Formats: sequence, structure tokens, C-alpha cells
Amino acid sequence: MVNLLNLAWLIPLFPFLAFLAVPLFTHRDRKLSHSVVIGGIAVAFVLSQIVFWVAVTHHSELPFESTVVHWLSAGVERFTLGVYIDPAATIMIFMVPLVCMMIFIYSVGYMNFGTDEVDPRYSRFFCYLSLFATGMLGMIVFNNLLTFFIFWEIMGTCSYLLIGFWYEKKYPDPDKITPKGAGLKAFIVTKIGDLFFMLGLALLYAEVDSLAYKDIFNPDTLEHLAHTPFLGTTMATAVAFLLFGGTVGKSAQFPLHVWLPDAMEGPTPVSALIHAATMVSAGVFLVVRMFPILQHIDPSVLALGGIPFVALIGTFTAIFSSIMAVAQDDIKGVLAYSTISQLGYMVAALGIGAYVAGAFHLITHAFFKALLFLSSGSVIHGVEHGHHHAHAHGDHHDEHEEEHEEGEWFNPNDMMNMGGLLKRMPRTATAFIAGGLALSGLPVITAGFWSKDEILAQAWTMNKAVFWTLAVAAGLTAFYTARQLCLTFLGEPRTEAAKHAPESVPSMTVPLLILAVFAICLGWVGIPEGLTGGVIPNWFHHFVGSTIEAHGHEAEHVIRVAGHLSEAVHEFDWTPMLIGTAFGLGGLLLGWLVYGWKPMKAGEMDRVEAGMRKVGLGWLHKAMRNRFYFDDLYDLLFVRTSIGIANLFDLFDYGQPIKQDDGTLVERHGVIDGLINLFGRVGRGLAQISDWFDSKIVDGLVNLIGNAGKLSSQGLDVFDLKVVDGVVNGVGSVVREGGNALRPIQSGRVQNYLLMASMTLVGLIVAFFLIISR
Amino acid sequence: MVPLEWYLVLAAALFCIGTYGVLARRNAVAVLMGVELMLNAVNINLVAFWRYLEPGGATGQAFALFVYAVAAAEAAVGLALIIALWRTRDTVVLEDVDLLQG
Amino acid sequence: MTLEQILFIIFGVLTLGAALMVVVRRNVFHAALFLIVSFFGVAGLYVLLEAPFLAAMQLFIYIGGISILIIFAIMLTHDLMDPEEPGANRQWVVAALVAVALCLVMGWMAFHHNVGASPGPVPENTIVLLGNALVDPEGLVLPFEVASVLLLVALIGAATIARER
Repeated sequence: MVNLLNLAWLIPLFPFLAFLAVPLFTHRDRKLSHSVVIGGIAVAFVLSQIVFWVAVTHHSELPFESTVVHWLSAGVERFTLGVYIDPAATIMIFMVPLVCMMIFIYSVGYMNFGTDEVDPRYSRFFCYLSLFATGMLGMIVFNNLLTFFIFWEIMGTCSYLLIGFWYEKKYPDPDKITPKGAGLKAFIVTKIGDLFFMLGLALLYAEVDSLAYKDIFNPDTLEHLAHTPFLGTTMATAVAFLLFGGTVGKSAQFPLHVWLPDAMEGPTPVSALIHAATMVSAGVFLVVRMFPILQHIDPSVLALGGIPFVALIGTFTAIFSSIMAVAQDDIKGVLAYSTISQLGYMVAALGIGAYVAGAFHLITHAFFKALLFLSSGSVIHGVEHGHHHAHAHGDHHDEHEEEHEEGEWFNPNDMMNMGGLLKRMPRTATAFIAGGLALSGLPVITAGFWSKDEILAQAWTMNKAVFWTLAVAAGLTAFYTARQLCLTFLGEPRTEAAKHAPESVPSMTVPLLILAVFAICLGWVGIPEGLTGGVIPNWFHHFVGSTIEAHGHEAEHVIRVAGHLSEAVHEFDWTPMLIGTAFGLGGLLLGWLVYGWKPMKAGEMDRVEAGMRKVGLGWLHKAMRNRFYFDDLYDLLFVRTSIGIANLFDLFDYGQPIKQDDGTLVERHGVIDGLINLFGRVGRGLAQISDWFDSKIVDGLVNLIGNAGKLSSQGLDVFDLKVVDGVVNGVGSVVREGGNALRPIQSGRVQNYLLMASMTLVGLIVAFFLIISR
Repeated sequence: MVPLEWYLVLAAALFCIGTYGVLARRNAVAVLMGVELMLNAVNINLVAFWRYLEPGGATGQAFALFVYAVAAAEAAVGLALIIALWRTRDTVVLEDVDLLQG
Repeated sequence: MTLEQILFIIFGVLTLGAALMVVVRRNVFHAALFLIVSFFGVAGLYVLLEAPFLAAMQLFIYIGGISILIIFAIMLTHDLMDPEEPGANRQWVVAALVAVALCLVMGWMAFHHNVGASPGPVPENTIVLLGNALVDPEGLVLPFEVASVLLLVALIGAATIARER
């Protein structure tokens, strides 16, 4: 039966297939696209529930590992890919597909399917959602850190794609970040965290020679890591902190928290999915996963006031962001800071060794935060519709149009534009309130109470500083939550839009209500046993706790950061619970008093702000609203510096055209460009010199030779003409002259011939006789 | 007795006079007359030699007869030529008959 | 000086003198007449040389035939009407010199070689001898016949050449 867990690898498969199917086949058909995607996640949900129940019922046989595939097995089995189901993974696998499915269904309504305002890139949205689900699920089920990292990165990519989904959106206010910018910011900031994560992976691999969990979490390996020195501390510490770097980025801990508030630019389902339920909790899940390594660190490294480093970061983040949340007007902004704060809680819990508490809060938070985000989305949707209605129905039609077109952009997220929505959107309001109360930790009936209480209880025993800080943070959480609820739902609508806001469609409200159920009930699986005297077993604690019990006991000299769990179970202390509850309820009450008793009117300044100004702390409130200027600091330190350096190099390299006084652009060349041009000019100059040389001198020589040849040939020609011809002609003329000379002999006269003959005769006779007579 | 030499000299002189006539006269007929003179000189020579060297034979005189025959034939043909020349060229001046000149 | 010699001188002078006149006279008709005189002289020389038959032949053939022929030719060529033209052509000087040279050479030859002997007796019947010789097959019949043919050919030829066209 337990072998059914082998099917766990199918869980991420179906969303992945849906992700492939949409762009390849279905994206023109919206209905088909969302059906495919929701179908995929539904199958994943069913499978995950099967896996969950099998794992739960075969608790003792966990952690279950199977090998599905051997990668890169060229004789050396370096990487094996298989599923690894342990309790931590099991509870995640229970939560993730469920929440994802709720959010996917919600998205159908949110993206206005079936109406005229349906988002033009509807199918693409679902495609991305499906990929994201693949990433999250893949991260959970597989058995090594490498695949963990791969799917982690897939989620990072999806968060970029999804946050910047409305990439063409622009705002009239230049300081307000656009979705495009927010997506980039998220990606880059989390990438910084991922850098540390990768370094940790590399270091780990170099030491352990494997990234599979069974090899890493092997007690001997952990011992080895704990005792190997590295850079002044142990290898375990180094690896743990580097891996934690990934969490700092992904889970928006200080100092890499800056991306999460801006990530609200994405559509609300994205905010719910990524920033509540899944991606940010992936960071926490990473810490959960590598908890064994964390157990073996040297806790004095980077610790402050006795608080170990990880807890330090978490605690600080928790309080820091809850302070900022108080001053936010954007409904999603409040939730974003709240998320950061709650993640801080989880990280703090894990940092002080409260493994189970952290994991528990992770799960419950996923539900109620998702619920809160989806509800806020519903509210925003309603207000947007209300805004359009207000226009369409023509109240103050003409003047308003002009006003709005002049750049007074209506922000549907702004809580100051809301109010009185309880009557207008009852179901949304109910869900929202349920989530808000869970977040605040309303005792007993909300899941948030139990999980938060668990953390506080652990903190009380382990580290008082952490406890008090977290308690104060809890109070602030309750306060701003109450503020949010009051501003949104109570009182009179402060704008026309709020007045006309309709309730949302069932595809949106039904998931809300389902999640609300979980938000209320889920806490009951983790009731501390001490409270009920062992009547209701703390199932969660037993189930999840066994994960580290299996790992952590063997080594004796490991510093006991996490070993107290078993003790805490049995010694139940009321004190932390009471203090925590006090803070929580106190915060709620205070918030209601400030904002809800006499609800705010339109145009009224935020009362806390007003109050702070009165006591001269107006600057503080402004700082809170502006996120304590960390974003600006980073912008200055990193972004502008980078741009400046880039510009400098660009100037150096290529040069920019500069505007002259009369407005014309003049080309100015940078140094490199200038150098290159110089080379070019020198080369050209050389070429010209060579050319001159060539044409004058070489050509001169050539011409000279040519002329010499010509002259000599002319001479020869003359010779030929005069001498040779002369001879030839001479011969001819000799002949001719001879002929001419001799021609007269032939006179044609007979007597001439006779005379000549006679003369010859006489001559001959004379000669003859002269010879004879000799 | 007249010595043979005298006859030979006479014949030679006659012959030369005939030669002069042939070479120097303009008129074609006069040239022919010179030729007759030369033939006469030859005849004289022949007869003289017959008389002085072999008077018993008939060869000398026969030869002279043949010379006569030839002279007659030649005179006839020559004069026919002159007549023909007169007819075509309208002249009997041998100097003017130089078609073959050149 | 014997009679023979005197007669020889007379006939000799006659002949040569007439011959000179022949080649000198501008008027060609006169030259022709002088030619006849020269022929007469030659005939006389033949008589002196005891060849009477030839003398007679000379008279018949030359004077009676050839001279007449020549006079016919002169008549037919109308040239006697122009006494302005010189009798001699342009080369007469050289011709005279050549003639003289030739005469001298031949004269010298005549006197240089001793050929002359005293003449023997002349037979009575030289004509018979001549006639016999002319028709004798081992004699001169061939030249005789050929001479006949020659005369025939000359006759035909002359007639052809001088024919009226």
C-alpha cells in the first residue's frame, strides 16, 4: 500500500502537462484553457490527497523514498531522481494542491471570464499558473536538493511572469512602480537569495558528493559537516546559512524583503498563490527541509543577544514589517507586509528550533493568507466594477470624466476609497473577516491562533527576547488587521465606487468560503496536548515532529537547538498562551477603537497618522509608509550605482550624443570608441600614404619602365623602318634602278640591237684574234 | 693576176658598207638595200675563193646560187614586211618602230 | 699592173662607190638606183673571176628582180616625197665606227693569213658541172630542193604578210 507513494511523482506531472497543453493547443479557447488547467490541478489534488492519506496511515514507514529515474548514470550514479515523502512533505502536499485549486477556480471569475472585460491574455494566465503549480509540487515531492532548486527557480520565473502579467500597465505617478518593474524587482531580488542558495548547494556537494536527502541527512554526513572547519566556522554552519540565503530572498526576509510589497502589482490570484500560500512558503519549506543541517550549526555564529542568526533575521523581519503595515493604505499592501511578518514568524520559529511550530504556522498561514488575498481581490474587483458603474450610470458624469482623464487615476486598491462594503459584499466580507481574525490569532476558533500560539510557546521556553518581540508583532498584526477590516467594511462608502460595488461571482466567492472553513478548523489538528490534558492528541506535532526525531537524536554532542520539542509537548505552560492572546485581542480592540467605532469619513486623514503628527512623529509615520526608505536605499546603492557605472562605461566605451544648447544632438565618442576610431583613422592615414606612395613612386617607376620600353621599341622600330626597310627597299631600288638603267638597252629598235650585236662581234673577233695571235 | 686578198678586202669593204647601211639608215627599205649589199659581198667572197682555191669544183658557185635564192626570198619577205609595216604604222622609219621598247 | 688588175680596180671602185651612195643618199629612190649600179659592178667582178654564169644570174636576179622589188616597195611606201628627213638615224656615228672597225679587222685578217695561192685553171664546162652538181643525189640536190621550198615558202609568206586586209 505504501508503494502507492511511488505515484507521488505524478502529482507535479499533471499541472505540467496542462502547462504544455495550453500554449500548444488550447490557448485560443478560453474555456478549454482554464478547464485544462483546473483539471490538471484537480488531478494533482486527488493524487495528493491519496498520497497524504497513505502517508498518514503508514506513518511509521516514512520517510518513504523511491527511485524513479537515474539521471546521468554513465556508470557513476551521481544523480538519482526519486520521490521522497516524509511528514513535512506530506503536509505540504496536502495544502498546496488544495489552495492552488481554490485559487485557480477563483481566477476564472477574477479574470472576468464570460464578460466583456475578460482579460485578453486569459489563457496565458492559466498557463503560467499551471507552470507555477508544477514548480511548487515538484519542489515538494522529489528527493534531492538539485531538483528542489530547479523547481524553486521555475517558481521564480513564474513569479516574474505573473507579477508582470499586466506588463503594459502604466501609472501617471512616476514613482509608483509598474507591473513590469515589479516583476523585474521580484526576480532580481530573489535571485540574490538564490545566489547564496547555489553557493550553499555547491559547498554541500563538494563536501558530501551528493545532493540527495538520504545522503545529506545521514547522521554521519551531518556529523562530518558539523566538524569540518570552513572559513573560521563549521561547514554545517556555512552551508546552512548559505542555503538560508535562498530563504531570505524567496520568503522576503529582511534585507531582501523589498520585492514583496511591489509584487502586489500582479493580479490578486497571483498574490494569493505566490505570496501567501506557496512561493514564499517555499522558502520556509527549504528551512524545514534542511532543518537537520540547521540543527548542527554553531549557534553562536552571527548571533545577537543570544538569538541565533536565523531566528534573528526572522524576528526582526516580523516586527519590522508589521510596523510598516500599519501605515499602508493599499489593501493588498497591508496583506503583503503581513505576509512578510508572518514569514518572519515562521523563520524565527525554525531558527530557535521550533520545527513543528514553524511548519504548522506555514500550513495555517497558507490557508488564511490565501483567503485574505482572494477576499481582497474580490473587494478590489467589486470596487472596480463599482467605479465603472458610477461612470456608466452618469452620476456627475461629465465633470468626473474630465477630472479622471486629467490624471486623477482611481486606485481601486486604496482602502481610503472603500468603506461600508459589509452590506454590499456580504460573502466576501465574511470570508475576509474570518481570514483577518485567523491572522490576528483570535483564540480557539481560528487556525492562526493555534499555530501562532505554538510558536510563542516555544519561544517562551527557548528565547525570551524572541518571545517578546514576536508578541509585540502579534499585537501590531492584530491592530493593522482590525484597521484593514474597519476601513474596508465598516462605515459608509467613502466613494461612489464603493457605493456601487457589487458582490463577486460565485466562482470567486465559493473558493473563499471553502478556504474560510480551513482557516477556522485547521488549527484543531495542532492543539497542544497539555492544554486539553492529552485528550485531543496533537496529531500534527506527532506526525511532523517524527521527522526530526528520526534524524536528530543520535549525535550527543550536537548542540541542542532543536531537541526540546519532545519536552515542550509534555510541559504545557499557560503563560505564553495568555500573553500572546492578550496581545492579539488587545491589538484587535485597539484597532477597532481607532478605526471602527467611529468609522472614517471620506477625505479624512488616517487617524494614526494624524495622531503621530500631533505628537511630532509625523516623520515616523511617513517613514513607515515609505517602507523606512529601504527601497530607496537599495535603489540608490545598487540600482543607480549600477546604472551610473553602466553609463560611465558606456561613456567610456561608446559615447552618447549630448544635447547642445540649441537642442541639437551632437555625437560624442567614448574613450574606447575614440580609440577604435583612432585606429581606424591611423589605418586610413596609413592607407592614404601607401596609396600616395603607390601611385606616385611605384607608378612612376612602372611608367618609366614602360616608357623605356616604348622608346626602345620606337628605336627599334626606327631601326627596323630605316635600316631594314632601307635594305629591303634598297635592294628593290637597286633592282629598279638597275632595270631602269638597263631598260634603254631595249629600245625596241632593230637597228640598235644590230648595232650592239655588231659591236660585240667586232669586239669578239678582235679579242679572238688577239688571243690567237698570242 | 689579182691577188685573192684584193678581192677579200673588196668584199670586206662592201660588207662593211652594207653593215653601215643596215645600222645607220632610217628608211627600212634602205636597210634592206644594205642587206643586199652585204649579201653581194658574201657572194664575191664565195666566188673568189672558188676561183682561187678550187675552181674545178662546183661547190663555190652552187653556194653562190643558193645565196641568191636566199637573198631573193629574204628580199621578198622583208619587203612584204615593210609593206605591212607601212599599212599598220604608216611609217617606214625604223626608229619609230619601238613597240618592244622597255 | 695587169689589165685584170685595172679592171678589178675600175669595177671595185664602181661597186664601192655605188655602195657608198646607196647608204648615204637621203633620197631612197636614188639609193635604189645606185644599188643597181653597184650590182652592175659586182657582175663585172664575177666576169673577172671567170664565173660568167653567176654574172648573168646577178643581172637577172638582183637587178632584174630584187632591185625592181625594192623600187616597188619604195613606191608603195611613199617616203621619197620627204627630202627633209635625214637619211641616217641617231646611231650612225657608232655604226660608222663599227663598220670601219669591222672592215679593218677583216682586212687585216685577209692580209695576215696566207691563203692566196695562184689560181688554178678553170674547167671549160663549169655550167655543166654546176648543173650536175645541183641535181646529183650525192651532190647538192637536197639544198637545191630545199632552196625551192624556201622560195615557195617565201613567196607564200610574203604574199600573206603584204596582203590587203
